[in-house]
Amino acid sequence: MAKAKFDVPAFRPYPVIPVIKSDAMKGNGPYVAKPQMQESLGYPGELIDNWQEVAIDKMGELLKKYRSLRVYLDSCVKCGACTDKCHYMIGTQDPKNMPVARQDLLRQVYRRYYTLAGKWFPKLVGAKDLTKDVLDDWYNYYHQCSQCRRCSVFCPYGIDTADISMAAREILDSVGKGQKYCNEIIAKVYKIGNNLGLPEPALRDTLEGLEEDIKLDTGVDVRLPVDEKGVEVLVITPSADFFAEPHIDGLIGYAKVFHQAGISWTLSSYASEAANFGMFIGSYENMRRVALRIREAALDLKVKRIVFGECGHAWRVAYSFLNTLAGPFDFLDQRYPIPQHICEVTNDLIKKGALKLDKSANDYRRVTFHDSCNVARASRMGNTPGGQFIIPRQIIKATCNHFYDMPEDTIHDATFCCGGGGGVLTDDLIELRVKGALPRMEALKYVVDNYGVTHMAAICAICKSQFTKVLPYYGFQMDQIISVHQLVSDAIILS
Amino acid sequence: MYIMGFWTTFYAIAFYLATLFLVIGLAYRIFQYAKTPAPLKVPTMSAPLTLWGVVIRILSEVVLFKSLFRSNKWIWLFGMLFHGALWIVLLRHLRYFIEPVWTWVVLLQPFGKYGSFIMLFGLLGLLVRRMFVERIRYISVPSDYLMLILLLVIGGSGTMMSFVSSTDIVQFKAFMLGVMYFDWQPIPTDKMLLLHLASVILLMIIFPFSKLLHAPGIFFSPSRNQIDNSREKRHVAPWAIEKFETQGS
Ligand code: SF4
Ligand code: SF4
Repeated sequence: MAKAKFDVPAFRPYPVIPVIKSDAMKGNGPYVAKPQMQESLGYPGELIDNWQEVAIDKMGELLKKYRSLRVYLDSCVKCGACTDKCHYMIGTQDPKNMPVARQDLLRQVYRRYYTLAGKWFPKLVGAKDLTKDVLDDWYNYYHQCSQCRRCSVFCPYGIDTADISMAAREILDSVGKGQKYCNEIIAKVYKIGNNLGLPEPALRDTLEGLEEDIKLDTGVDVRLPVDEKGVEVLVITPSADFFAEPHIDGLIGYAKVFHQAGISWTLSSYASEAANFGMFIGSYENMRRVALRIREAALDLKVKRIVFGECGHAWRVAYSFLNTLAGPFDFLDQRYPIPQHICEVTNDLIKKGALKLDKSANDYRRVTFHDSCNVARASRMGNTPGGQFIIPRQIIKATCNHFYDMPEDTIHDATFCCGGGGGVLTDDLIELRVKGALPRMEALKYVVDNYGVTHMAAICAICKSQFTKVLPYYGFQMDQIISVHQLVSDAIILS
Repeated sequence: MYIMGFWTTFYAIAFYLATLFLVIGLAYRIFQYAKTPAPLKVPTMSAPLTLWGVVIRILSEVVLFKSLFRSNKWIWLFGMLFHGALWIVLLRHLRYFIEPVWTWVVLLQPFGKYGSFIMLFGLLGLLVRRMFVERIRYISVPSDYLMLILLLVIGGSGTMMSFVSSTDIVQFKAFMLGVMYFDWQPIPTDKMLLLHLASVILLMIIFPFSKLLHAPGIFFSPSRNQIDNSREKRHVAPWAIEKFETQGS
């Protein structure tokens, strides 16, 4: 059991309504970004003197640019339906982690400066001046939101707290108070090409090492090419796939799938990262700049298709925003969806019978599947609504004999976040991450106790890293989290 | 000629002003929502793939409160009772604004009459939850309570007139039609009626400045009204084109 400086929440015997513990998670929030990081993203280096004025103006600008923000800030009726839906509320009991209360941090200021009622009767409608305390609350609590959109599913108006968190972070950035973790990573992408700061030679080394491992393991020459021009597919995958466990086993899985199907493919050293943290900080500009790398890589390598590896928020940006930010992709093969998810590719190949699979290779595993929030609630796979739930499960069922879903109210579009998404996957937020994982851990415990489940498969780099870290806090083993394509990798019969 | 009494003048003018506030205020807000772009595709998935699908999705939210049903059965129940009964009661009130009264409005009368109890019950349920469920109390500000109380006053005074202290509805109808056709007739001055009308007028005025904007808002919510077709159809906001995709910028 991992050691913690805080109390790990206990499993709840039966579903209970969370009680409120005011200010349970009050604090200074995550580390603040250093000036040069801020500046490389186009923001002031540190909190500017006239932050109040600039923040209010920025809010006004965003209200004009984003209908979502305006409609969401106006429409909430404080019905309370969302108040018990956030995993951070459930795990921390801090009332400001109730989605509506999190929105209210911004809404109170919106009302004060942008509505008549708030200008004239602030007390009556709960409007507040933008003071330093309020700004600190923004920084703290908007970095306790993993932008998972679970609240949006359950709100009668679809009010999406993720959207509001993004806007809040954009405002914070524009007054010079950015978050170290996210902004440092974006700066690294600009400088080196990926989140981990893994330079090209190191990337090549790693991939060669993997090729050798596969050869040793299977006796087959499976390639992991980088920067090969004129191939069919460009694979964009989270850089964690290059060396983190269990991500790397997923990457090996993709390589084996392409090998077996005879599809030529390549990675790009220039766009060696699927993640796009520009989304987490709500910055259209930065999100676009990160996304354009992919377009450039595709043009440069003259590929016909773009396929994304297992990464939740990257798939959201790819599926929902890539066409908007970096399109049109008229230079790619129009017979395939642009972009495509690796699970769509694998599932199609399985259906066509192009892959030979030996399910019994996974017989020692009893598997459940964790729907990652950004895949579940912000994107799709396949041609039918809900394909994002069906396709990964079809792959798992095609590659192993023992599959069990977690309870219904914790999967599909009601899935609980791993607790580490949305730019909170950093050690300075470990307490939040552990506590926020509670509902998912409870659901996992349920299938472990009832069906003897041994492994949880996921298709998101953040989920995998997060679970590796938090599973031990709840009495599980860190290697109980696996990649979906690891199952494929183990079951596939190579020739 | 009849010299208009104070109350008649007061209420007639108040009705004109309230209608102006309501119509212009709402029109402005709707215009504002409509003209603000939604630069990114953000439907909450799974989302419909066609426009028809979106229409059905929105209708199921507006008519059945589908998401709320998944989310919380109590709020759904009280919300549904209140909104459902409110519609019937509102439709019943058409009889004060039209002459001759349409048959279906006549047939609706008894339902509307007793519907008011259901409406009050729903409102009370919501108020009790707001006061006693800790999480909801935490997110409530004075205006949230006052809004419910205002609706309770409207419903309560209306029900009182139906069942306890009836008012001269023939005279009231004459007043209402008079207001509509700019041919003022005296208003009956029962206290209950004046209270009822005053609270309705207040509600009309605050509508476009309050959370009652959820009514138009739901139709403009990007997480509910967007089609899931981002891979097939490129979606870009005018400001993004101007900023990033215009030559020379
Ligand atoms: S469910 Fe929606 S309307 Fe209700 S309190 Fe939460 S955000 Fe507001
Ligand atoms: S988006 Fe997720 S993390 Fe953020 S408030 Fe909603 S439920 Fe909580």
